[in-house]
Amino acid sequence: MKSLKSSRKILAIVLLTGISATASAQMMINGAGATFPYPIYSKWFDEYAKVDPSVRFNYQSIGSGGGQKQILSQTVDFGASDGPMSDENLAKAPGKILHIPTVAGAVVITYNLPGNPALKCDGDTIAGIYLGQIKKWNDPKLTGLNPGVKLPDQDIVVVHRSDGSGTTFIFTDYLSKISSEWKSKAGTNTSVNWPTGIGGKGNEGVSGQVKQTPGAIGYVELIYATQNKLPYADVKNSAGEFVKPTIESVTAALATAEIPEDFRFSMTNAPGKEAYPIAGATWLLVYQQQKDPAKGKKLVEFLKWAMAKGGGMAKSLDYAPLPETVQQRVLKRIDEIKY
Amino acid sequence: MALAASVSIAESSARERMAPPSRFGDRAFEWLTLAMALTVLVLVILIGWELWNGSSVALKKFGFHFLTTSTWDPVAEEFGALPFIYGTLVSSAIALIIAVPLSIATAAYLTELAPLWIRQPLVSLIEMLAAIPSVILGLWGIFVMVPWLRDYPFPFLKGYFGWIPLFTGPIYGPCMFAGGIIIAIMILPIITSVSREILRSVPNLQREAAYALGATRWEATRIAVLSYAKKGLFGAVILGLGRALGETLAVTMVIGNTPQIAASLFKPGYTLASVLANEFTEATTDIYLQALFEIGLVLFGITILVNLLAQLLLRTITTTSATRAVQ
Repeated sequence: MKSLKSSRKILAIVLLTGISATASAQMMINGAGATFPYPIYSKWFDEYAKVDPSVRFNYQSIGSGGGQKQILSQTVDFGASDGPMSDENLAKAPGKILHIPTVAGAVVITYNLPGNPALKCDGDTIAGIYLGQIKKWNDPKLTGLNPGVKLPDQDIVVVHRSDGSGTTFIFTDYLSKISSEWKSKAGTNTSVNWPTGIGGKGNEGVSGQVKQTPGAIGYVELIYATQNKLPYADVKNSAGEFVKPTIESVTAALATAEIPEDFRFSMTNAPGKEAYPIAGATWLLVYQQQKDPAKGKKLVEFLKWAMAKGGGMAKSLDYAPLPETVQQRVLKRIDEIKY
Repeated sequence: MALAASVSIAESSARERMAPPSRFGDRAFEWLTLAMALTVLVLVILIGWELWNGSSVALKKFGFHFLTTSTWDPVAEEFGALPFIYGTLVSSAIALIIAVPLSIATAAYLTELAPLWIRQPLVSLIEMLAAIPSVILGLWGIFVMVPWLRDYPFPFLKGYFGWIPLFTGPIYGPCMFAGGIIIAIMILPIITSVSREILRSVPNLQREAAYALGATRWEATRIAVLSYAKKGLFGAVILGLGRALGETLAVTMVIGNTPQIAASLFKPGYTLASVLANEFTEATTDIYLQALFEIGLVLFGITILVNLLAQLLLRTITTTSATRAVQ
């Protein structure tokens, strides 16, 4: 009896998937790329399925490198990347690729100190620590920034990401802007030649090592830090204010960051009193001239919907949505997609 | 067809009893198994070719320097694999040094000494260890093993053996030693299981002969069993080594991921497999990706080389022991 029931169930499932497969066979839009925005993109695709049931999105979070490669070889309908594409890569594209910024996130400085006091730091100090020049927690630079906090005479154990990641890109981009020494010694990339420290794989690897090692310092995504209740520092921005990393301070940075016409921008160390300085956007990559008119139309409809309705959902998942001014500019760009 | 064949066999055997039976089934079986065996060979060749192809530009650009330089700088696009090769070999060596005696002793206990009621639970436990996914072991490594190692065994080693360069320098936790230990844990079950099967297949006559000559239990196990099974046990170790060289995720979690060559085992290291797992997804420039492909090629080459060396070693061991036996 039981087996009969379960076999009926299986039959029903097979039928249902069969039906949905035929429905999606009409319109399946494929994308691949960055892992950082994967949670919000899947949420958007899920919600959008209710808005337009005739289209289904299939997104594979294979990493920004893979996303750029696949959109260049046109094996996907859209790519996704945590860093803008280089001129060199864009030149390889068979058509014009548009960068569509979607959401932004912050990178926070987390640490492990006795009692985990609230800390303040600035770019010079962070660069000094990651260059291996500031070695002790009671270094005058740190104590100077944190009057009233008793910092121990303890070695700083530097932890960085070992895997290539958009988080590292944002972090090193910030350090390169602050410190010319960092720029020449390490530079900006998804993975760099670290002057010092130990590498942890993923946010969980870095936070795990910071949590387990007394005197450690590391950097992780804001989302990860808030969800795991890690302590994180306020960072001095270019206006001289110490800013707490929040969704609002990231959106503030987006509003004041200098964004060029092609949207390949860096929003680290953005001007503005409320802007958190270590933050970055993530992009969808689409061809301006869509090959398949039907797919192109659906893709544009989705992008417009995401701009209009996606922000609230982004906030609920701790991503910073684009501010109104940037949204308007992005919408104009979406209108340029031809199909 | 088969029916026709069997009918004709029956008829012919009725006529002349010496006629050979149809060989069609045997032939088909032979060809089929040959085809299956060749698939493995073809796969290996294809993998090698693909890696060679994917790294052709890097091979040309870096040449032999790739194997002898230690800078890994994706920003400046300078790539050298030496620290990764070193890390792979050293971490695997540590793993073997820890895992081989443990595994073979466990296998010997299970087949020669253990009472029956303890045997089965222990075997199941070892097999369960093999079933733990490597990411779980890695997380356990970060949160449990590494802090424990950092607080107790490492300071002990540093205190008493600090005069050996292997155990000097500051202790952060994640390091080459921790990487080796986690690999040891991962290859322990496979070496133990294979060794146990090999020891079980040692004929009882061997043991009985040894006891008949007045051997103690230890002597019987050593001479009649372990020595007899030497070749098989060596094979088990090679199987473990193969896994150790390619082990990725758990090692990445605890080894510290710093491309450097340091005498101290307390310093962080990096392995070939780890750098692939870490950097492949986000490598955006061509030469960077090519260099990673070349890392794969190097790992592939090292695995083959180590296996060949092991085969050679095995041959010398068995031939020398054979001549000794004759003498």
